[in-house]
Amino acid sequence: MSHKPEQPRLMKGNEALAESALRAGIHAYFGYPITPQSEILEYLTEHGRQYGCVVLQAESEIAAINMIYGAGGAGGRVMTSSSSPGISLMQEGLSYMACAEIPCLVVNVNRGGPGLGTIQPAQGDYFQATKGGGHGDYRLIVLAPSSVQEMADFVFEGFRLAEKYRNPAFILTDGALGQMMEKVILPPAGSLPHPEKPWATVGKPKHRERNILTSLHIESEKMEKVNHRLQEKYTALQREARHEAFQTDDAEVLLVAYGLSARICQKAMELAREKGIRAGVLRPITLYPFPSKAVAGAAEQASNVLVVELNSGQMIEDVKLAVNGRRPVHFKGRMGGIIISPEEVLAEIEHIVEHTQVEHV
Amino acid sequence: METMTAPAGMELVYRRPSTLVDTPMHYCPGCSHGVVHRLIMEVVEETGIQEKTIGVAPVGCSVFAYNYLDVDMQEAPHGRATAVATGIKRVHPDKIVFTYQGDGDLAAIGTGETIHTVNRGESIVVVFINNAIYGMTGGQMAPTTLLGMVTSTTPFGREQPVMGYPLKITELIAHLPGAYFVTRQAVHTTAHVRKAKKALQAAFEYQGHNKGTCFLEFVSNCPSGWKMTPLEANDWLEKNMLPMYPLGDLKVPGRN
Repeated sequence: MSHKPEQPRLMKGNEALAESALRAGIHAYFGYPITPQSEILEYLTEHGRQYGCVVLQAESEIAAINMIYGAGGAGGRVMTSSSSPGISLMQEGLSYMACAEIPCLVVNVNRGGPGLGTIQPAQGDYFQATKGGGHGDYRLIVLAPSSVQEMADFVFEGFRLAEKYRNPAFILTDGALGQMMEKVILPPAGSLPHPEKPWATVGKPKHRERNILTSLHIESEKMEKVNHRLQEKYTALQREARHEAFQTDDAEVLLVAYGLSARICQKAMELAREKGIRAGVLRPITLYPFPSKAVAGAAEQASNVLVVELNSGQMIEDVKLAVNGRRPVHFKGRMGGIIISPEEVLAEIEHIVEHTQVEHV
Repeated sequence: METMTAPAGMELVYRRPSTLVDTPMHYCPGCSHGVVHRLIMEVVEETGIQEKTIGVAPVGCSVFAYNYLDVDMQEAPHGRATAVATGIKRVHPDKIVFTYQGDGDLAAIGTGETIHTVNRGESIVVVFINNAIYGMTGGQMAPTTLLGMVTSTTPFGREQPVMGYPLKITELIAHLPGAYFVTRQAVHTTAHVRKAKKALQAAFEYQGHNKGTCFLEFVSNCPSGWKMTPLEANDWLEKNMLPMYPLGDLKVPGRN
């Protein structure tokens, strides 16, 4: 393997993610076209062959997620991607895989909803991604990139976590990050080791018990035991919580936002500081596990918290749980595929500061 | 796995295949599932493919198949067995992969997956148990329920204007170019059991050709769901099921 440092390339988020998946050594990708993520499927059908990667356009998202279940259960490093309506169709399969503990990576290039919605970027799928999404008590490991670079990097991180914890991992991104072009340095091929998977269904050698991958445990006592095991895993997962902080040390207004919104908030923070308002941004990188301690810590010395999302207010519930009533938590969002502007966020910051001063008089 | 031996002076003429787990089955007395399970595992044992065989059992009475079949297995969501099997086979093209599905699973909720899997010509074996009823959930109408047949959701008999026609999905499958071997068998008499085993032997052998899907329908009974004794059920099957679902090969390599 060559260790020549990678040159930066200008790539679309979706394509950077797809190329990164090939370099992460995926054995198979199963997907179905849907805007705004079809470039992932297109890129992989064109370039997968040279990596020896199985790439198959399934007849539906339902079939795609179940192909992932089969191939991932059989020990493959496997991935699928879709956008909001297609991700809804995958929820049953994700619930089965969470229970049968099949590692895999699922990418949601979020578009506006509900229903068929719009093809423009949104963050309306936060609840679905972080609270389970399908039926039963389970969680996915959810990563939220905010740049094309992270679209590439989080594929590796997603597989690392999925395989470490035997749990589906999820990249929650959006139509803007999928479609925008930015400079990216791709991770080197072959740099993500393949762990042993002694539980996989690869054919039973004479002297081992058969491997059974199932989510059916019809006796309540057994089903509860499985649930306890899963919950213990999710508790252990909390140590993987990650975030990024920008000027939170002296922030009087703490902005909390993820993905695309976090970048918009960084700009709003700069505009606020130019006007003498000490704003800071805390960006959760893992949406599950949620970086509650970091949010609570940063909120501690701010006088106000403002959550900014491209939805009607979803992550704000996790922020409020973390802040636990110690600070007022405000919300600003846009919906329907509208990207909020830094100026709109600034106006909200100014409003909050003004309102707080009035209260103090 | 222990080997069975006959008492001194006696010849062992019938035994459990070593590939079948030594445990009581949950199936009702007289049910066809046990016979078909056994036949599959006899073929797996006799052809020495246990180490490279992976099975998929989806939702229905056969959801517990992995308790009995001593091979690596995955349990699939309702209807999705052939999609799961596609995933397995695509990452392990050298392995033998089979699904074991009922009529509701394969021909109602999973019709899309069934047709597209065969149409891609996935080299897997699909075992389709057609007993014209939903056994697991207590005897509701299946896509293959006969006209006039009483089930818990067709208390006045299946009426075509309301519930449509019995779906002959095996005939549909035989039309697809990705289907390599398509046959319809039964296991309600010893003669039929012998023929059914030959069909299974052929199907597992054909999978090695990598030329398409091998699809085997087993016209089966459901004494509990049909509310009959096992003998009555087998008689009813012969008189009512077989005229609608005639036995025989629908597509054979080199012949069609």
